[in-house]
Amino acid sequence: MHNQQLSTVNHQPKYLKLSGLEPLVITPESNFINVGERTNVAGSRKFFRLINEENFEEALDIARHQVEGGAQIIDINMDDGLIDGKAAMVKFLNLVVAEPDIARVPIMIDSSKWEIIEAGLQVVQGKCVVNSISLKEGEAAFIEQATLVKRYGAAVIVMAFDEVGQADNYERRIEIAERSYRILVDTVQFAPEDIIFDLNIFPVATGMDEHRNNAVDFIEATRWVRNNLPHCSVSGGVSNVSFSFRGNDPVREAMHSVFLYHAIQAGMNIGIVNPTLLEVYDQIPKDLLERVEDVILNRREDATERLLDFAETVKGSTKERTADMSWRTEPLQDRITRALVKGIDAFVIEDIEEARQQASKPIEVIEGHLMIGMNVVGDLFGSGKMFLPQVVKSARVMKKAVAYLEPFIFDEKGTVSKSAGKVLMATVKGDVHDIGKNIVSVVLACNNYEIVDLGVMVAPEKIISEAKSHQVDIIGLSGLITPSLDEMVFLAKEMQRQDFEVPLLIGGATTSKAHTAVKIDPQYKSAVVHVNDASRAVTVVGDLLQKDRKEGYIQKIKEEYATFRDGFLSRQQIKRYVTLEEARTNKFPIDWHTTKIARPNQLGIQKMEAFDLEKLIPFIDWTPFFRSWDLHGRFPAILDDAIVGTQATELFADAQALLKTIISEEKLTAKAVFGLFPANSVHFDDIEVYAPDTLETGSNATPLVTFRTLRQQSEKAAGRPNLALADFIAPKETGIQDYIGCFCVSTGFGTAELAAAFEAAHDDYNSIMVKALADRLAEAFAEYLHREIRLQHWGYASDEQLDNDQLIKEAYTGIRPAPGYPACPDHLEKETIWKLLGVQKAIGVALTESLAMWPAASVSGYYFAHPDARYFGLGKIKQDQVSAYAKRKKISLEKAIKWLQPNLAE
Amino acid sequence: MKDKLYSALQNRILILDGAMGTMLQRYQFSEEDFRGARFKNIATSVQGNNDLLSLTQPEAIATIHAKYFEAGADIVETNTFSSTSIAMADYHMEDLVYELNLESAKIATKVAAEFTAREPNKPRFVAGAMGPTNKTASMSPDVNDPGYRAISFNQLREAYKQQAEALIDGGVDLLLVETVFDTLNAKAALFAIEEVKQERHTDIPVMISGTITDASGRTLSGQTAEAFLISISHVPLLSVGFNCALGATQLTPHLEVLANRTNLAVSAYPNAGLPNAFGEYDETPEQMASQIEEYLDKQLVNIIGGCCGTTPEHISAIAKIAATYQPRPLVSESKIL
Repeated sequence: MHNQQLSTVNHQPKYLKLSGLEPLVITPESNFINVGERTNVAGSRKFFRLINEENFEEALDIARHQVEGGAQIIDINMDDGLIDGKAAMVKFLNLVVAEPDIARVPIMIDSSKWEIIEAGLQVVQGKCVVNSISLKEGEAAFIEQATLVKRYGAAVIVMAFDEVGQADNYERRIEIAERSYRILVDTVQFAPEDIIFDLNIFPVATGMDEHRNNAVDFIEATRWVRNNLPHCSVSGGVSNVSFSFRGNDPVREAMHSVFLYHAIQAGMNIGIVNPTLLEVYDQIPKDLLERVEDVILNRREDATERLLDFAETVKGSTKERTADMSWRTEPLQDRITRALVKGIDAFVIEDIEEARQQASKPIEVIEGHLMIGMNVVGDLFGSGKMFLPQVVKSARVMKKAVAYLEPFIFDEKGTVSKSAGKVLMATVKGDVHDIGKNIVSVVLACNNYEIVDLGVMVAPEKIISEAKSHQVDIIGLSGLITPSLDEMVFLAKEMQRQDFEVPLLIGGATTSKAHTAVKIDPQYKSAVVHVNDASRAVTVVGDLLQKDRKEGYIQKIKEEYATFRDGFLSRQQIKRYVTLEEARTNKFPIDWHTTKIARPNQLGIQKMEAFDLEKLIPFIDWTPFFRSWDLHGRFPAILDDAIVGTQATELFADAQALLKTIISEEKLTAKAVFGLFPANSVHFDDIEVYAPDTLETGSNATPLVTFRTLRQQSEKAAGRPNLALADFIAPKETGIQDYIGCFCVSTGFGTAELAAAFEAAHDDYNSIMVKALADRLAEAFAEYLHREIRLQHWGYASDEQLDNDQLIKEAYTGIRPAPGYPACPDHLEKETIWKLLGVQKAIGVALTESLAMWPAASVSGYYFAHPDARYFGLGKIKQDQVSAYAKRKKISLEKAIKWLQPNLAE
Repeated sequence: MKDKLYSALQNRILILDGAMGTMLQRYQFSEEDFRGARFKNIATSVQGNNDLLSLTQPEAIATIHAKYFEAGADIVETNTFSSTSIAMADYHMEDLVYELNLESAKIATKVAAEFTAREPNKPRFVAGAMGPTNKTASMSPDVNDPGYRAISFNQLREAYKQQAEALIDGGVDLLLVETVFDTLNAKAALFAIEEVKQERHTDIPVMISGTITDASGRTLSGQTAEAFLISISHVPLLSVGFNCALGATQLTPHLEVLANRTNLAVSAYPNAGLPNAFGEYDETPEQMASQIEEYLDKQLVNIIGGCCGTTPEHISAIAKIAATYQPRPLVSESKIL
């Protein structure tokens, strides 16, 4: 039938999309999708027993366990002669869909009987996967089943099976796949993205010659299918491949891992893998790896015999393996490379000394042995086989080795190491945050770039003069707080004025592609690139410095940013604003006469010194910690992540170890100062803060300080207020006494010393780790203190009971925004907090010229207790508010504009 | 009509009507009015069986359709929200289902034809309303027996098939599977419609509209907006959207999810705000229209109307604002099906 269809101009890409209660969209960027296979009566003896005994409760636990363990799809199979498969399938699925923690993932309905599949499809609301259909019974049955699968709204696994039999070589696999695909797409009009091929994974190393090429055939057929049959996926049951090594888990694990490594590269994107039977590819002992790859890839005649012989020597389970020292007998270069890749520094001095004695000049050890090793690290990182924390550990070994060699090189004089290029790195003036910058520096150093690191709070003049004197090839700027954005714009302008052509890299938490494209890029004729993660930094720097590609790349970047800028600006113009007066009349409505205001139990300023860090551990939100290492995912699930799980676990263990040392040896000191005060809002946007003893007479008292808040000015839909933080404090004219709090906590004292000590020992890994941990502790301290405030000091939520997860999700009453947050972006207000609490005198936390806190691991802010108080974004404000604000704050308009720049509407 | 519908949808934001129930309440029909002469002597009470009024008070239904067309609606829904054998079982009126759908469709298409004749450059359309029924296929009504189901997929499929056939026989221009709170019920409806389309060699356009029940942002059966979208995207659809349960403002984030993730036209017909303490909807036409302006501003929708609590006044206010905006851009593409 010929049909017209209406659709949007922007086509949605054809991705395999599945759903349980939640969506699962499989894109080319998705990690390998692991299908849970324990809810299969054929694959799990326990599950079979439970279903056979009709113990569905416990059977559900197996499904739940799979989902909790990271299965993104669960396969359910009830095919057994002793079980009424259709009834069991329906019963079990009805129970599964009633469990939201299981039903959130899509279901794979697995049966060789069509009636069981159809019964399953009739009880699941989400988009399932049917496992499986094939041409085994001929085209008519295949078409009929596929038509129904489509009508039920499911994706389908197609087995490489036809009327003749199961495909067991490369040609048969692609023949059946292509035929099935054409029938599905052309005759049934099945969406190609909903087709998943199971190309039959068969055992290798069985001793039979016809099985030798089984894995290669699968892998090559996978490659062909992904290249020739658009939009489809490839899946398979991996454990089959190692069938002949049952009972020898170390070998099986290695075989699964090697097989997957190659199959995934060829395009296999979904599979049934038992995660407990999987070794990390790069951790497979080299000798075992070689033999396994020989077998999987069918690389030599005697591959099977060699693996069988070797398998005899691999004893015990993986869990009990002791440190294998056999690599120490390998050739020198292999040992050095291994030490770099594995980040082992125990023997590196010994090995480097051996290399130095062999070399004619000590510099050759760096340019030879060490660079060869670091190139391996760079390649592994670039191809996604190593992760950031490992690379930083490699750098630690590298630094140690270089430090050892330096005195010898110094004796030689005149020898200059050839680097791939020189990169200047700096955190801009007024900003003290450097974790991200240090990580990028280390990663670039690993890729053979020479780094000129100017540290933090670097003035623009210094950046420019150092860039000149070192003749650097690239300048990298980093910043975390909003004033740093203007510093970067200023620096770009200044570089243009001085006719620089050195490309500029922009990175750091507040930076964005939008800001870079709109504000920085137009100021500078040469390239400006926003780079927010370390692995991208390597590619960008590489492209910028590649002689033949450089010009084209810069041209491309400039065009990309211009297009982005135009798009961004044209979108911006649609926004409409109201005057400050209009915004004020639309303030957040609170009926203060019916609001219950809690008088704080303890008014006035209090201080905590040398607070016990151990108490903060339960309050740590670990997710951002992993993010700072470019490991993305939520804690604790990230520890079991199929791709980064191993690294995350290792990083977490290292973090725990360092945290233990920090606490037991009191390396960091935690301090806090906070205060609770009577307060009222005045003139809509200001908050007057009164001395504690002026309580009850507040309305006539002279304020200690006045906080100036900013009000949203974008035009709102009816019923939606133009918010300012002052709205959450009772206005003076109500005659009702309200309260406000402020605080500053720091766990940064000692960080710099400890980090410097690690750096002196060439240990960037732990130096970065210390800072990252200090940041987490400071946030945990702020969370802890806020809870203490709610429960005791102020006591407005004394009956609150929240766990750490709920704290992270901010499920509590009241807020603790800080100057610089989206609701109150003016950092100048920090000065008011500092004045009110005497922060610097009390606990020693200082403000830089850009109003960043020093030490960096500090958090400050206000406390608002009103139950309606919430976080919001100020958005853009207009000139009238800026003028009014300058007047209220008694600062020049120029100064106000400087500090509010990021929030000014054009 | 189908070509006209497609070209109208590409050129402007189409207006769907408002609530039927809210308008019927104004008539304050008694049990006798509901029964009319024909059902004078039946045993069960039928007051509240609004769909029955298509047989016993057809003028009232026609008048309400006309009021919505006058207010600017392009599409009205037939008075068939509960006209399935499953929902009618409460009144023991399963046998009337074919007739209910047929007559309701005829009433609406007659009014629509009159308006189209009067204003040929603005053709009016009738959507055959297919409600969720009063049973759920993927949830148990018994908290102590989560595996129990009060209705099966096949029962739903058969009931919906009967309804779809009658609506098509009555001349509706499109079908609207609406107020979906259990996606499995909707999948049974879509399955049935595909069967009818195949058997009758027709390709009647289908709209689907789910219901996000509360602030959790999920359907009653627990799906997120995106999961819902994925679960119903396997059949050709004219539009996908949300209606009921929430007011216009609360619906915005969920519409954004749809608009960002589908190539289909997007529809929305929210309630007139959230019910007040008395269960009444008291958002004024102006309030509702100004909230809907946010959808228009963001180009989220192609079809817009009202659900519970909305009146011709609401639809008129919405139509006026919508006329000043461009729809979410759509192109027509030829597709071999």
